[in-house]
Amino acid sequence: MTALLALHDLSVHRGSRPVVDHVSLRVGPGECVGLIGPNGAGKTSLLRAALGLLAHQGQSNIADLPAHARARQAAWMPQSREIAWGIDVEAVIALGRTPWLPRGGRLRPEDRAAVDRAIRRMKLESFRHRPANHLSGGEQARVLIARALAQETPLLMADEPIAGLDPAAQITTMEVFGRIAAEGKAVVVSLHDLGLAARHCTRLVMLDRGRAVADGAPGAVLTPERLEEVFALRAFYSRSADGPIFQPLESLR
Amino acid sequence: MSRLMPLLTLGVAALFLASLLIGPAPVGVLDSLSALILDDGTPMTLVMREIRLPRALLAVIVGASLGMAGAAMQGYLRNPLAEPGLIGVSASAALGAVIALQTGLAAAFTLALPLTALGTALLGVLLLLALAGPRGASLTLILAGIAISALAGALLSLVLNLSPNPFATSEIVFWMMGSLADRSMTHVWLALPLSVLGWLMLATLGRGLDALTLGEDAAQALGIRLTRLRLTLVIATASVVGAATAVAGAIGFVGLVVPHILRPLVGARPSRLLFASALGGAVLVLAADIAVRLILPDRDLKLGVVMALIGAPLFLHLIYKTRKEFA
Repeated sequence: MTALLALHDLSVHRGSRPVVDHVSLRVGPGECVGLIGPNGAGKTSLLRAALGLLAHQGQSNIADLPAHARARQAAWMPQSREIAWGIDVEAVIALGRTPWLPRGGRLRPEDRAAVDRAIRRMKLESFRHRPANHLSGGEQARVLIARALAQETPLLMADEPIAGLDPAAQITTMEVFGRIAAEGKAVVVSLHDLGLAARHCTRLVMLDRGRAVADGAPGAVLTPERLEEVFALRAFYSRSADGPIFQPLESLR
Repeated sequence: MSRLMPLLTLGVAALFLASLLIGPAPVGVLDSLSALILDDGTPMTLVMREIRLPRALLAVIVGASLGMAGAAMQGYLRNPLAEPGLIGVSASAALGAVIALQTGLAAAFTLALPLTALGTALLGVLLLLALAGPRGASLTLILAGIAISALAGALLSLVLNLSPNPFATSEIVFWMMGSLADRSMTHVWLALPLSVLGWLMLATLGRGLDALTLGEDAAQALGIRLTRLRLTLVIATASVVGAATAVAGAIGFVGLVVPHILRPLVGARPSRLLFASALGGAVLVLAADIAVRLILPDRDLKLGVVMALIGAPLFLHLIYKTRKEFA
């Protein structure tokens, strides 16, 4: 299997404390990987180090690339949703084409096509010409997801992309990620909603205090013992005709 | 947008022409221009070539520099309150100029003052880079800039404080108000190469500044090398602002107000704003320099004063108009 993301012994230190502790991970085409773990488990640090945005030890095939090649290999949607100026939605999404444009170039027809695909996927047609900073938080998040989609890279990494979205938009977004993976790309996305993670990810990686403690199919990762130990959580999990159903029930803290 | 750039270009051309034609010597339009182009041996050729032409050229150079650097600084910091003086270059250039005036060096030869100003501006930038480092965060850059401005300001006050000579003191105070009067082509040739270098460097930043709209992390993941962008920005801003301050003194508000006015007209795109602000800055400084000559022709009204008098109310008006957006 050719891995689109290959991490080997990746560690990140804040001071002397490891926040990512010797994580190895390979993600191949067709996979939609959900990165789960409680607050402070190291999800964001792992993603940022894998992209080379954070000083780290160990290897990441993406971080090893020069900046320009990296931007054509992996798209990144950070957790902080920042749109500084009143640029219209279409122009924000078109920023995703930055790595593909020739020097000083304008958008070519293929770039416009990629922007249109991303707009359709995130159902943003009616927002196209509105200033992005006039939209609501959830709408801005959808614009920024579309921006990452427009980059059309083999690997898409997103840090809590569905936080703050309405339930329908959350499901739509996870379905979009699933479809992208099914097209032969790879998606790595950190999530707090374990129910959506169980239903829409092909694979889950569970982080606890910087270490990857479980890796596999959602049913195999979300065991009662691990949920109790890592999340301090008791939950209901079952397979139904409507697919896997996961519902957290009570906190064990 | 499509009509903005031609309009601004037209504005620069028209005001440049007006700047050439306005002055105390009462000469007709055609006579003035023919005296500029053909050396007809009359004093008018001297007036046009040695007094009015450098003044108009410097207005364009200084205005374009301040406007463009302001747009770049606001784009980099994603803050509409940023201005090119933020990194401490104008304050350190002013310090050099004041030292040259105080020591009498300025009277020794024409370029003594601007060269000293450029020298201290360079020292200021080196100190900034040493403090904020080429890899420093944007906040470190601002804080280092403020510290350098404060230090240069304190030293400047010290020079004034200890000045035994009231004439030198008044000369310093008037110089600090900023002006384009009585400059020669020598000043143009001093400022032009540095300014052009800075403009070319700033012009390369468009794509990176656009990407920075999404924040530093997202921009880096889009392939933008932030370290290089920051270094280019600092060196380019230092070149253009250092050169502008060295030949014209401290002229505020251009770098703050011009990008702010033009931003809505370019769809808020930082890359487009760079070039629009260069032209807009030239328009504003040319207009203010013409106003200086028309309002009180015999009182030597200073450009920096008029600029602040135009700029501050304009800024107040903008804040009044956009205050709902910040709420």
